[in-house]
Amino acid sequence: MAARVLVGVKRVIDYAVKVRVKPDNTGVVTDGVKHSMNPFCEIAVEEAVKLKEKQLVKEVVAVSCGPQQVQETIRTALAMGADRGIHVEVSGKDYDALGPLQVSKIMAALAKKEEANLIILGKQAIDDDCNQTGQMTAALLDWPQGTFASEVVLEGDKLKVVREVDGGLETVKLDMPAVVTADLRLNTPRYATLPNIMKAKKKKISVVKPGDLGVDVASRLEVLRVEEPPQRKAGVKVETVEDLVSKLKEGGRI
Amino acid sequence: MALAGRLLNGFRLRQCTSRSIGLVFSSIQRRGIASCIDPSIGLTDEQKEFQKVAFDFAAKEMAPHMAEWDDKEVFPVETMRKAAQLGFGGIYVQPDVGGSGLSRLDTSIIFEALSTGCTSTTAYMSIHNMCAWMIDTFGSPEQRKMYCPDLCSMQKFASYCLTEPGSGSDAASLLTSAQRKGDHYVLNGSKAFISGAGESDVYVVMCRTGGKGPKGISCLVVEKSTPGLSFGKKEKKVGWNSQPTRAVIFEDCAVPAANRLGQEGEGFNIAMKGLNGGRINIASCSLGAAHASVQLAREHLTVRKQFGETLSKSQFLQFRLAEMATRLVASRLMVRQAAASLQEGRDDAVALCSMAKLFATDECFTICNQALQMFGGYGYLKDYPVQQFVRDLRVHQILEGTNEVMRMIISRSLLTDS
Repeated sequence: MAARVLVGVKRVIDYAVKVRVKPDNTGVVTDGVKHSMNPFCEIAVEEAVKLKEKQLVKEVVAVSCGPQQVQETIRTALAMGADRGIHVEVSGKDYDALGPLQVSKIMAALAKKEEANLIILGKQAIDDDCNQTGQMTAALLDWPQGTFASEVVLEGDKLKVVREVDGGLETVKLDMPAVVTADLRLNTPRYATLPNIMKAKKKKISVVKPGDLGVDVASRLEVLRVEEPPQRKAGVKVETVEDLVSKLKEGGRI
Repeated sequence: MALAGRLLNGFRLRQCTSRSIGLVFSSIQRRGIASCIDPSIGLTDEQKEFQKVAFDFAAKEMAPHMAEWDDKEVFPVETMRKAAQLGFGGIYVQPDVGGSGLSRLDTSIIFEALSTGCTSTTAYMSIHNMCAWMIDTFGSPEQRKMYCPDLCSMQKFASYCLTEPGSGSDAASLLTSAQRKGDHYVLNGSKAFISGAGESDVYVVMCRTGGKGPKGISCLVVEKSTPGLSFGKKEKKVGWNSQPTRAVIFEDCAVPAANRLGQEGEGFNIAMKGLNGGRINIASCSLGAAHASVQLAREHLTVRKQFGETLSKSQFLQFRLAEMATRLVASRLMVRQAAASLQEGRDDAVALCSMAKLFATDECFTICNQALQMFGGYGYLKDYPVQQFVRDLRVHQILEGTNEVMRMIISRSLLTDS
């Protein structure tokens, strides 16, 4: 039986918020904006809690990297059924520059420290859409990966993962320990119940720094500029099909 | 948001189904936009979590159906049971009998959030919660074990039976008699306007066991299948259509004396104590409807154009929106303050609950009505949710003690020498 699952949860700008670019074009406005758990991370937590309910894993540990506020996100994971949380404290400029490379290094270090044998992450975050952390974590640990999972079945020390790929569905069998990233149709995340929210208060969130894990969070990327997508331009009406074809040819479309 | 714009610009409107508007609506109401009316301000982290679950549940499980429930008069049993699984069936009932053991303030926050999804259904849930609390608080250990777990899980539903055809505001003059015969009481009489009647399994009935006035009233728990218990026709109402309202009729209805809550003569007291909380709950439901309406109105003002610009440029409408927001926040503060006072058992609790109910139900109805006006002709169409909030809220100014009776309670509190 797998001892421990690490689940990564990211605090992102809520999906329904209208995102605005900062006037200095260095990023988007996050102050005072509603944040919540990345939807794919919710699915990851749900899958981990389900495994625990089936008694296939012993402990679910929720991990988040960021400033003090990410503890809210960890609490939500605890209210959904995670056993304890780890807050990796990263703030200020380091947090602004935090990306998949740094997070995957942190996850790899934690996996070793906590002796986890399964890591479940969301397939991507809805703010940066990187879709890299799971893959990088697996590579750093030299563990097999099952990404875009729409079904996960744990059989002893083997993991069967059905992946949603462009051509359809692909089923892979992984040796544990392994990394899985959750896709939309993996499950429907549960609501936290009132009793679970109250129990979550008593669950422990330990705080560590990247330095304690021997991880260097310096970024290898520099954001030069952030801009809104170009405004949609008005279309042009044409009278005949010949006009349409010639306009398409002019525009280099055909 | 762009979808909302396309929907609300006239021509394409009629082509849209209620369902797609419902989806837009549920996305708007789910995420608080403007921070000055954010209902999570001043709450503890734990309360914010409760509120989040309630908002999520309201947006996903209730809002998409609220129009249909109103139109088809559906009593949404499965949805309410789902809510009960999350702990919403007995929010302030003690945990040893299946309740969530939360405070009045936590309860108010939860009902306010749920009400944004469907005010009528949430209001019924609050009545159910009130009955569960009454049995939890005034019941014997056997009665608590017998009824509370099923009520908290909403395996069984409850109704509160005080009002009669001849006694509404003058509740203490009720006539339904309960004559002691051996180890039973035999009930004769009828109750009017009972929410949930006909569907509910458990009826908490205030009836006369003694002489005239409040001291002659006792409280009995009557089960649905009891011989001699029958129901009137389902009333046709302006709102609150997701819960059935019927008369409850007792004809030589024999109820075990073991079903009496508390002692003979304590019934009126029990009923009034239940109503203190009930008034906060109803006021909280009003808050939710008003909050949703303010958000909808705000969104509409930024999208609808007349005279060459969006309505949000009109100073009159800006000022009107500001007034609505101010009324909302003021109401919310009153309700939460009353909830805190009731929780602590302060001396001002009863008067404060009455003030909160009076103020919030009146103000929130005005808010929803003004929001409807901002939608113009569209506001009057059933394709839009604001009219349902208006219709559902109208009765909050009448039941659980009319707003006139609230004034009686408050003035009595002011004019009685202490």
